[in-house]
Amino acid sequence: MTDVIVRIRGLAKSYRRGGQSVPVLEDLDLDIRSGDFLALMGPSGSGKSTLLNLIAGIDKPDRGTLEVEGVDITRLGESDLARWRASHVGFIFQFYNLLPVLTALENVELPLVLTSLGRRERRERAELALSMVGLSDRVKHYPSELSGGQQQRVAIARAIITDPTLLVADEPTGDLDRVSAGEILDLIGRLNSELGKTIIMVTHDQRAAERAHSIVNLEKGALVRAT
Amino acid sequence: MAIPISYSLRNLWARKLTTALTAGGMALVVFVFATVLMLEQGLRQTLVSTGAYDNALVIRRAAGTEVQSAVDRTQAAVLESRPEVALGPDGVPLVSKEVVVLISLGKKGSGKPSNVVIRGVGDAGLTLRPQVKIVEGRTFRPGSSEIIVGRSIEERFSGVALGERLRFGMREWTIVGLFDGGRSGFDSEIWGDADQMIQAFRRSMFSSVLVRLNDASAFDSFTAALTDDQRLTLEAKRETVFYAEQSETLARFIRILGLTLSIIFSIGAVIGAMITMYASVANRTAEIGTLRALGFRRGSILLAFLFESLLLGVIGGAIGVAGASTMQLITISTVNWQSFAELAFSFDLTPGIVFAAMTFAVGMGFLGGVLPAAQASRMAIVDALRAA
Ligand SMILES: Nc1ncnc2c1ncn2[C@@H]1O[C@H](COP(=O)(O)OP(=O)(O)OP(=O)(O)O)[C@@H](O)[C@H]1O
Ligand SMILES: [Mg+2]
Repeated sequence: MTDVIVRIRGLAKSYRRGGQSVPVLEDLDLDIRSGDFLALMGPSGSGKSTLLNLIAGIDKPDRGTLEVEGVDITRLGESDLARWRASHVGFIFQFYNLLPVLTALENVELPLVLTSLGRRERRERAELALSMVGLSDRVKHYPSELSGGQQQRVAIARAIITDPTLLVADEPTGDLDRVSAGEILDLIGRLNSELGKTIIMVTHDQRAAERAHSIVNLEKGALVRAT
Repeated sequence: MAIPISYSLRNLWARKLTTALTAGGMALVVFVFATVLMLEQGLRQTLVSTGAYDNALVIRRAAGTEVQSAVDRTQAAVLESRPEVALGPDGVPLVSKEVVVLISLGKKGSGKPSNVVIRGVGDAGLTLRPQVKIVEGRTFRPGSSEIIVGRSIEERFSGVALGERLRFGMREWTIVGLFDGGRSGFDSEIWGDADQMIQAFRRSMFSSVLVRLNDASAFDSFTAALTDDQRLTLEAKRETVFYAEQSETLARFIRILGLTLSIIFSIGAVIGAMITMYASVANRTAEIGTLRALGFRRGSILLAFLFESLLLGVIGGAIGVAGASTMQLITISTVNWQSFAELAFSFDLTPGIVFAAMTFAVGMGFLGGVLPAAQASRMAIVDALRAA
């Protein structure tokens, strides 16, 4: 129990489509250990993103429990859940999802606006995070002035700025060329090995999955093999 | 916790053209709105400053205007002897028995005839109206066919200048002076000697009597005396009140017409703002999902978008008010329906009007933004993120 950070039991989720309920996840159990680097794989439409969204607390399951550090997040109200996300989850998206009107530094700083930190300290931390991803020289750049790989690195800096318990990444290299993808995967790997972050990454890419410590395969809403 | 204000500001800046067009639409409405209020204010200002608070104007009961009124010599003499009436340094009561007639003069340029007020005033006529000052030439000599004309008459009518002659009342009158009425209604009048005017226009009675009271509080006993005296079918009004009432119908008409127009136009501007804001929400759906995922609440999203729309209103309002303020340089004239005479007045921008116009603008921003902002805040996070 001690080193299980995410504990999922009997998780079920379905979507309504045209008046019919389409099951996506059915009675799913999964444990994720603290400090793990987990790759979530499976065919398109198998429910990988759905599962990741549930773990990250941006979607609600129909049934089941989902404990993170002993807290069942399925029982949290909307506002508690928002507060929980702000302090426990770092998001890395396929399309980076940076705010185009904010500079790299401001994008990284944004999650800290929700904390009690003063402006000065927020800036300092954001600068530090940007230097960790090797973008100290791009602080004042807007997303449109950065390459895809650079934008994803800004997004990673934003994801780690609050020092969250979990990092969730949905196809973080899906929109990148080989070289940039390799760099991003190196960076994510280092967050795991050097900072000890627990990482859950959805990917289609076998080479990306190889970087992970464990791989979970989803097929038609059920786990088929856990490595 | 709120999304930084700079986020809303920069989004407006990022789509400069849309922002400019939307705010421009609002600016037009605010311009119309403010201009109408300024016009109404200018009209009231002009007519109110026409009167003095310690002057009482006496006209025939229910006459409404000086032109329709008649006060005979006996009545005038009774008024003159009332103890409430102030005396001049020479011991003579400060009273001006006046006759008001409308004549027609041709306008400069078009030559189109328009009504002008001719006022025959008594000896105290100028003393009772300290705001009226001779700016060129001199005042008329009592008992002569000399006249003085108001500044805006000289500007707007042809053949009116110092030294020129005017024909009316079957006589020729020489213009010996120009006066400035201090932006009051007198600016649109021609003055001469009351007795000469009575003769020329073959009248037997005065139109009105203007008296200076000992002090402003003597007004009540003065009116009471008028009502009690059966010989006098007269009523007294404070000069300020009389002129304010004169402007009432026209001011109300301008206000109602202007506000109706403003409201109709504002519907267009609100719809414009709504379209802009809906488009902005649609374009930024993934951004909204991202902000929510990062931990920002629905309320913060609502505020950020609403604030953006309110800002559009503020920008539009500021441009509109700035545009309206340039109207202060313009003087316009119109026929005052209550006196049937031409009256010149200007647009008058007061802090109250600026406040009303800005409130109106922000109100349009609010109406335009509230539904789109609510839509933005209602989205489910996963749905919003899938829009990427
Ligand atoms: N908001 C939604 N409304 C309706 N159906 C949905 C919704 N989200 C997901 N689905 C459906 O649920 C199923 C699983 O979707 P999910 O996005 O989790 O798949 P995925 O494994 O991430 O696929 P991909 O690899 O293509 O990203 C799909 O059939 C999808 O159409
Ligand atoms: Mg997916």
